[in-house]
Amino acid sequence: MSKELLDIKDLVVEFPSRHGDVTAAKDVNLSVSAGEILGVVGESGAGKSTIGNAVVGLLERPGRVGGGEVFLEGEQIIGKSQAEMRKIRGKRVGMIFQDPLTSLNPLETIASQLMGTIQTHLDLSDAEARERAIDLLDQVGIPDPSARVDHYPHQFSGGMRQRVVIALALCAEPDVILADEPTTALDVSIQAQILDLLKKLVREKGVGMIIITHDMGVIAEVADRVAVMYRGVVVETGPTAKILGNPDHPYSRSLISAVPRPDVRLHRFPVVESIEAAGECKELDLNTHWLGKARDFGKSDGPLLKVDNLEMIFKSGGMFGGGKSEVRAVDNVSFDIRDGECFGIVGESGSGKSTIARLVTSIYKVAGGSINFAGTDLTKIKKRRELNVHRRQMQMIFQDPFSSVNSRMKVRDIIAEPIRFHKLTSSDTETRQIVDDLLDHVGLGAKAAVKFPHEFSGGQRQRISIARALATRPRFLICDEPTSALDVSIQAQILNLLKDLQEELGLTMMFISHDLPVIRQMCDRVGVMSKGKMVEIADTEELFKAPQHEYSKHLISLMPSYSGLMDRDAGQAEAS
Amino acid sequence: MFKFVSMRLLQSIVVMLVVGLIAFALFRFVGDPINNMVGQDTTLEEREALTESLGLNDPFIVQYGRFVSNAVQGDFGMSYRLRQPVSGLIAERFPATLELSLVSAVLALVLGVPMGIYTALKPKSLFSRSFMTISLMGVSLPTFLIGILLILFFGVTLRWLPTFGRGEVVELGWWSTGFLTASGLKSIILPAITLAVFQMTLIVRLVRAEMLEVLRTDYIKFAHARGLSPRLINFSIALRNTLVPVITIIGLQVGSIIAFAIITESVFQWPGMGLLFIQAVSEVDIPVMAAYLLLIAFVFVVINLIVDILYFVVDPRLRVQN
Repeated sequence: MSKELLDIKDLVVEFPSRHGDVTAAKDVNLSVSAGEILGVVGESGAGKSTIGNAVVGLLERPGRVGGGEVFLEGEQIIGKSQAEMRKIRGKRVGMIFQDPLTSLNPLETIASQLMGTIQTHLDLSDAEARERAIDLLDQVGIPDPSARVDHYPHQFSGGMRQRVVIALALCAEPDVILADEPTTALDVSIQAQILDLLKKLVREKGVGMIIITHDMGVIAEVADRVAVMYRGVVVETGPTAKILGNPDHPYSRSLISAVPRPDVRLHRFPVVESIEAAGECKELDLNTHWLGKARDFGKSDGPLLKVDNLEMIFKSGGMFGGGKSEVRAVDNVSFDIRDGECFGIVGESGSGKSTIARLVTSIYKVAGGSINFAGTDLTKIKKRRELNVHRRQMQMIFQDPFSSVNSRMKVRDIIAEPIRFHKLTSSDTETRQIVDDLLDHVGLGAKAAVKFPHEFSGGQRQRISIARALATRPRFLICDEPTSALDVSIQAQILNLLKDLQEELGLTMMFISHDLPVIRQMCDRVGVMSKGKMVEIADTEELFKAPQHEYSKHLISLMPSYSGLMDRDAGQAEAS
Repeated sequence: MFKFVSMRLLQSIVVMLVVGLIAFALFRFVGDPINNMVGQDTTLEEREALTESLGLNDPFIVQYGRFVSNAVQGDFGMSYRLRQPVSGLIAERFPATLELSLVSAVLALVLGVPMGIYTALKPKSLFSRSFMTISLMGVSLPTFLIGILLILFFGVTLRWLPTFGRGEVVELGWWSTGFLTASGLKSIILPAITLAVFQMTLIVRLVRAEMLEVLRTDYIKFAHARGLSPRLINFSIALRNTLVPVITIIGLQVGSIIAFAIITESVFQWPGMGLLFIQAVSEVDIPVMAAYLLLIAFVFVVINLIVDILYFVVDPRLRVQN
């Protein structure tokens, strides 16, 4: 290995607050050499991004470096003036951010953004800078770069925009690149392309790269070495194979064990207790409890949900707008869900997964086809009141735990709302008792009832959502990416909770996700969506072992392999 | 672009026709025009004759059509009160109001936008903080009070500036301007400042809030991470993004300066449309009110059209639809 390009020694980052300093990073030691990719992995709040920002002097106020040194090619850069740091940023240390949709100035052409950056650092004429801009776009794999360079960011797709962002980071040939969650906002197929590109650039240009991520799949894919962070401290650093295969620190162990396995189906997820311990889930006797009553829906013949030739078209434009356009969001989709099973729908963003969920719950009106729920065609029901009878039986859990609960209502009222709406109880005292029991049951504890949602973390809010969904005593639960906004350890807890509830209450589930390992762990059967069409429906294990359709094959081939991942048989034995 | 603008023009015409309908409805439903024109001792026959000669017996739609076609030609009838053509009255006073509004709008913009940028970039500086405190007063003090205080200080105590009227004006065709004489220029200072104070503080606060919002975005952070100079980031990237929403509000504000200069005009005895309108309201002078309504609607429609076109120029995301 050549000499270290970037060497972080005992870095401390503090955020002063009214209650004393909060240490976001403590005695962090990291280094990266030319041609090497260092992965920094950890859950949210672990202080990963803080380190990147501290290195380039872009800590958000009131954060400050409380100690330690950062050497860039042997030169100490902590404590340099902003003017000096500007010559380092972009020129010697490039940065790539998470969300390509917001990283680019929407009002400037790509050419102008690239040329502005190039001319800041290199002494080039306009024509030369433009030539270099086109060359950079070519390097990051944007087709027809000489024409595309004059386009605006909104004319590019998400993946293409991330390529532009990478081109911008490469403008002045930096020696070190800090990539902060570079693929988190992207679909799996795009993610694979971007990771390939980053790998190629590191090898070809001999730069050192630090990839900050929460995603073990990304680490397994690209990193040469890994540093695991936990609450501001690097708990373990080592070669990727070692960390993923045989980590020393207990936190690394539990973190890796919480990653959903793509290869084998487990009964339960191993749970990490070190980040956010879940409360005890209180057992309820469902034979006598309210929640268990009125569950006798009667065995319907055939599947619980039967969807035939479902169509949904989104129209835009019209009125004065002129050019109308149509998007076929759901195109002739048919499937059925049997009583008591968990049916998965997998696909990339824009494939129409969520639209199906909204059609089934009659949030959107169908353009064609039928939705049979327990023998009734929901599309034929005209009256809202009749529809509500069926809606009570189907509930939904949404992706974003922050916007899906009303932040101005107390948790008690959030959960009681559906009970009150459907008039399921005879008195308010009874409602309160049920809400308390539900909160106990999802592991939040009855004390949570008097708090507001902002007092809870993402995972806890998702528990509130689940309790709310259960409050109508549904038989059918639609989960739309319920864990994609959560950390892996929290994800494991939530998925376990859903599994338990399904078993206890005999729920039927429709589970929508883009995450194949999660689907494999949760679902009995899976439908694969692509561009509004359901291209394949198969038993989960069959789909993963022998996908039939081209697109399914493609999707499964992109799944991170985690080769040499820690032997987790111990966890499996414990679970079963 | 052409399609977009012509679409907007079409919409504007619809808006003007609707406002025209409301203005016209004033004639029919607010008071009896004949009663307003004749004295106590007019005979019924004379009233009938007058009604007939004014065309008030025709069907509603015919009267509306006549009203629109007259209005398009600039004929709004006779003022009940002054017995003069309304178009003449307005043409006499419109320049005064427009000059006052333009000066105060320019004043508000030239001071407000840079101040907004400054207070956003240096939110902690003493100057920014004290300005934000003072601006609260600017927003909350009523316009007439500011005007009276200015008169008291600069007009009465210091005797530097005239406190009423437009001073000497120069006639340029039908347009009378106060910009070309020393007394005209001096006269416009106090009312223009009075009118501008509220708009300026509003613009400062708006620009500041938008700018602070923009400075928090990822693309600004990314621009810093690329080592671009603060000047480039603040003025080329951040300011342009700030202006997108600010343009709308500023456009509407300019419109309301023109429409609602009434109070300032009364305080400074400014011979503009505001004064004319107040007198028209108190005397139920419907032709003047209707014409004023149409004129203000026209001003707003034109400003909105300009704002839309500016949007088009500033924001490329709107351009690609076709």
